[in-house]
Amino acid sequence: MSPSAPAPARKGMIIDRDGLQSLLDRLSARGFDVIGPTVRDGAIIYDRISSVDVMPEGWTDDQDAARYRLARRSDMALFGYAVGPHSWRRFLQPPEERLWQATRQQVGLTIHTTAVPSAPYAFIGVRACELRAISIQDRVFLEGPHPDRRYAERRRGAFIVAVNCTEAGGTCFCASMGSGPRAADGFDLALTELIDANGHRFLLEVGTDAGAASVEDLPSRDADAGALVAAEEATARAAAGMRRKMATAGLKELLQANPEHPHWSEVAERCLACANCTLVCPTCFCSTVADYTDLRGHEADRVRRWDSCFAADFSSIHGGPVRASRRARYRQWMSHKLAHWIDQFDISGCVGCGRCITWCPVGIDITVEAAAIRAAPPRPAAGEGDDDGNA
Amino acid sequence: MIPALPPDTMMPEPWRVRSVVRESADVYTLGLESLSSPVPPFLPGQFNMLYAFGVGEVPISLSGDAADVSGFVHTIRAVGAVSTALSQAQPDSVLGLRGPFGCGWPLTEASGHDILIVAGGLGLAPLRPVIYHLLAHSEHFGRITILHGSRSPAEILFRSELAMWQTRPDVSVAITVDHADPTWHGHVGVVPALVERAVFDPPGTIAFVCGPEVMMRFSAAALLAAGVGANRIHVSMERNMKCAIGLCGHCQFGADFVCRDGPVLPYDRIAKRLAVPEL
Repeated sequence: MSPSAPAPARKGMIIDRDGLQSLLDRLSARGFDVIGPTVRDGAIIYDRISSVDVMPEGWTDDQDAARYRLARRSDMALFGYAVGPHSWRRFLQPPEERLWQATRQQVGLTIHTTAVPSAPYAFIGVRACELRAISIQDRVFLEGPHPDRRYAERRRGAFIVAVNCTEAGGTCFCASMGSGPRAADGFDLALTELIDANGHRFLLEVGTDAGAASVEDLPSRDADAGALVAAEEATARAAAGMRRKMATAGLKELLQANPEHPHWSEVAERCLACANCTLVCPTCFCSTVADYTDLRGHEADRVRRWDSCFAADFSSIHGGPVRASRRARYRQWMSHKLAHWIDQFDISGCVGCGRCITWCPVGIDITVEAAAIRAAPPRPAAGEGDDDGNA
Repeated sequence: MIPALPPDTMMPEPWRVRSVVRESADVYTLGLESLSSPVPPFLPGQFNMLYAFGVGEVPISLSGDAADVSGFVHTIRAVGAVSTALSQAQPDSVLGLRGPFGCGWPLTEASGHDILIVAGGLGLAPLRPVIYHLLAHSEHFGRITILHGSRSPAEILFRSELAMWQTRPDVSVAITVDHADPTWHGHVGVVPALVERAVFDPPGTIAFVCGPEVMMRFSAAALLAAGVGANRIHVSMERNMKCAIGLCGHCQFGADFVCRDGPVLPYDRIAKRLAVPEL
């Protein structure tokens, strides 16, 4: 799906649970590796799904700072929860992948690339905040001077079925970040789940030609005005139900002007530098590389894996880490996410999904920390006037 | 649609070690030649990612002459596992190499100016390609002043070349050491002190500074005090690097990716950041 496709006018068709199963079957038959939500270890995660039966039917989640619990719903909704610990980046930018293998020769060495799996992904149930996250990672990995070939290979074949959120999760603030709760663009198909007096059904909207082709002859009926209104109201209800807000106006300048703000030390007293926030974040892109050899020392692998700016050796150079303190590491993460990202990629690195709040073991809340820095008067940084603090 | 697949910039190519020179106790200069592709051009100040088989990959500045298109030259101090493995490379052994990466010293902007080279320790290595360029095109530049500091007389880098450069009428060289020994009769002290003693024309000077970060901060302060404008001071930053192409996130310094937006950065752009500890 093109990252820059125009938003479709709101019209569509209605499908039911069987229609959704038909869609999964079709995508599978067309060679897609179909990935969607399922329940595992008490959480809703993304994995290969072959059937609607393995989706989190009738489940919801109870989320707050440092809290995530699954709970039964009173209905049999398939998408009646917010986002879990997984995001789609684990498929587009896998947590670990081998980049290449080297073989020692009698004289010298040869280096050969390792292929990216060939089946394209079909993502089922991509939320609006996650569509924004994918578009942000597209900017990081595809739109710079050195695009990442492996990301490009996985991304260009991906088929995206979005789901509009009809309820806000406990830590959601996508409305503040302008990324949701309704999917505006960036999808091949978009679903809105409706459960009311007219039954359990999905409003299905088409975003691309590939999306239209995939639903040709799918058992469906035209969407009536009532369904369109109900879908509109449901997403509006989700927006209104968000308990958290992020004030974004002037936030970049505020953070860049306050690297020595006392609140960084206050956060550092709570932060465990565990890296959970960076591992659940759908836009965090940092990686490291590691080298392995076989026991004979003839073959060497180079592996790339997710890394975190909270890791102790992340910034290490000869002489030790640049950011030794947790204060400096938290400041780096939040300043990058909410401020430097805008200089680097012309968009905030935060989509308002709330994962970093939910999965922080001590409940550090990025919306609260940003507000705390805003509440205290800005302080001039050292050497002010000779540098704008960014590129 | 996403355009045609880009090249895989994470893949190294095999390069043969054709020469090894031991510069001091733990510093080695490797001459490398390509085994697969033509030698790409490089700009003084750029770096390559060098891979030692099975051990790992590190960013190393190019220290040779950019006009020599037969290969690459790197000067390496053995400080970690990878740099130690690289410095132990034997002639005819093969390394992996990706590059060159990053932005070089602003030689076009420097044209017509006096040039002040301020190098601390191994920081002279990324500046040597600049010196070669200046000497080869001296008609485009004014006076060239080279200030070099090292920990001890035995660690003075490229000592015979420094002596040779000093014989040129358009070049001044001053060397200082942190700790003298009985053989040493020159300056003792830190590099910024050489800035204070150096004879140059601050308004007409462009300064290129490379060395440990603290040395660069104090050198820049000395240059500012001498009257060199902040926008005429350029420094080469060191940060952790894994990818060299702005994708791995390790080298971030404020909004700059040092690997891609640097390593050479104008001092006026980063002065405020340099003053913030642990940024």
